[in-house]
Amino acid sequence: MSNAPRAEHHPLWYPSASLETLQLRADMIHRIRNFFARRVVLEVTTPVWLPAAAPERHQTPPRCAGGYLQTSPETCMKRLVAAGSGPIYQIGPAFRAGESGRLHHPEFTMLEWYRPHWTLEQLMEEVIELIRTLMTVPSVTVMTFQEAWVRWVGVDPFLSPLEALVTPTPALVEWTESDRPLLVDRMFVERLEPALAQLDTLLILTGFPPWEPGMAELDAGPPPVARRFEVLLRGVELANGYQELRDPIEQRQRFIDANHHRGEDGKDPLPIDETFLQALQDGFPPCAGVALGLDRLLMLAFDKATLGEVMAFQAHVADHGC
Amino acid sequence: MLTHNQLRQGTRVEIDDLPWIIVDAQFVKPGKGQAFTKIKIKNLIDGRVIERTYKSSETVVKASIVDKDMQFLYGDGEFWHFMDPANYEQVAMTSKQVGDVVYWLKEQESYQVTFWKEKPIALTPPPFVILTITQCEPGIKGDTVSGATKPAILQTGATVKVPLFVNEGDRIRVNTRTGEYVERAKG
Repeated sequence: MSNAPRAEHHPLWYPSASLETLQLRADMIHRIRNFFARRVVLEVTTPVWLPAAAPERHQTPPRCAGGYLQTSPETCMKRLVAAGSGPIYQIGPAFRAGESGRLHHPEFTMLEWYRPHWTLEQLMEEVIELIRTLMTVPSVTVMTFQEAWVRWVGVDPFLSPLEALVTPTPALVEWTESDRPLLVDRMFVERLEPALAQLDTLLILTGFPPWEPGMAELDAGPPPVARRFEVLLRGVELANGYQELRDPIEQRQRFIDANHHRGEDGKDPLPIDETFLQALQDGFPPCAGVALGLDRLLMLAFDKATLGEVMAFQAHVADHGC
Repeated sequence: MLTHNQLRQGTRVEIDDLPWIIVDAQFVKPGKGQAFTKIKIKNLIDGRVIERTYKSSETVVKASIVDKDMQFLYGDGEFWHFMDPANYEQVAMTSKQVGDVVYWLKEQESYQVTFWKEKPIALTPPPFVILTITQCEPGIKGDTVSGATKPAILQTGATVKVPLFVNEGDRIRVNTRTGEYVERAKG
């Protein structure tokens, strides 16, 4: 599934982005640094190689030299926040083993930042302001995950009976309540995402299902939701923000649960990053944090069809065994 | 059985007891959710296109499809008959199965017949066929540069645009994918 729209006359060694696009990319990164400098947010650089992970069910860090390449700089940046860094941001590489497609690349550039003592709503505003300084956004729409489903798919991901969530793909299977996350995920990619792709608005979804909380706090509801937001433009997920979970016991339990599910899915469990849990234990302030896929933002800002067109070199999937 | 990362463009699969060819395959993954491969598939019998989405642990059956090169023998008004030159076995295809390929059917010419569960389901013409013009305006001698064209009817009933210098009775090479004139056949 290599989607490189490589011009026929370029040799294989040639960059996948045009040199003009790389100039625009550099300008954009410069503007992002200015944005944060004006707001006195400290730029940091944390290691991309980690001896242990923050296990998630559906994300796998590539193995590397006895450890892992980070899927995001989250744990290290939160250790800085716990140490009293104040607001921080980072622009750097993140890795996802096995993810490759028009909107996925096994190595990509992440813009991640943390705002101690901010609420999720304050951070949402800042994300919108940043995107608006980087590109023209026709309008902004904020709604809950549940509202978006009801409006564009006509079903409620939390409350509709399971039969309403079954798409034609899986023929003749008995479903139980434990399959709801799978059915919702599948209907998301089959029905909601194509509908969102038609919208010309910057869409902020809030209140995500509690079964995929990531490292966000839970809200008891009803309905119970993860205190997360996602930013989407033309159906492309650009950013994912959390009201950060602060409880070390619940955080440990989520890592253990994630590893349990990984086992069920036939994936290796991942060693838990104890240094991160120790930092939570010693005291982590109320904090909102967000990760933004920089290549996707550039792809949309420059009106390109694939990530490869905004990256100097697109990896060929076979090269990425790491 | 094919796993989700073996679902690629051009692969022929069996879904809902019907044969399909994958025309597009995309890796998709919602936010914190799981990964899927979304495939767009074209039905090999009736040509309709639908989408399906498979997660990593799900498998899809590879369609048991065989392509054979067969000679076109004749049409009897109801069926179109083809023969395997290796063993002289014959199959008959309906007008619906033959579809637009009917415009490129020429006796003795070799065509690819696609079989699913031992039954013929689709027909593919060679990229180019040579056919005789049965009807067109008289040729304008020497006009090989103007680029102007005129319609010509071929022995199969197909109409193609040809340059002005081409004549009735000429044999021409036609691109079967685009339906376009390529050149006058030599000899």
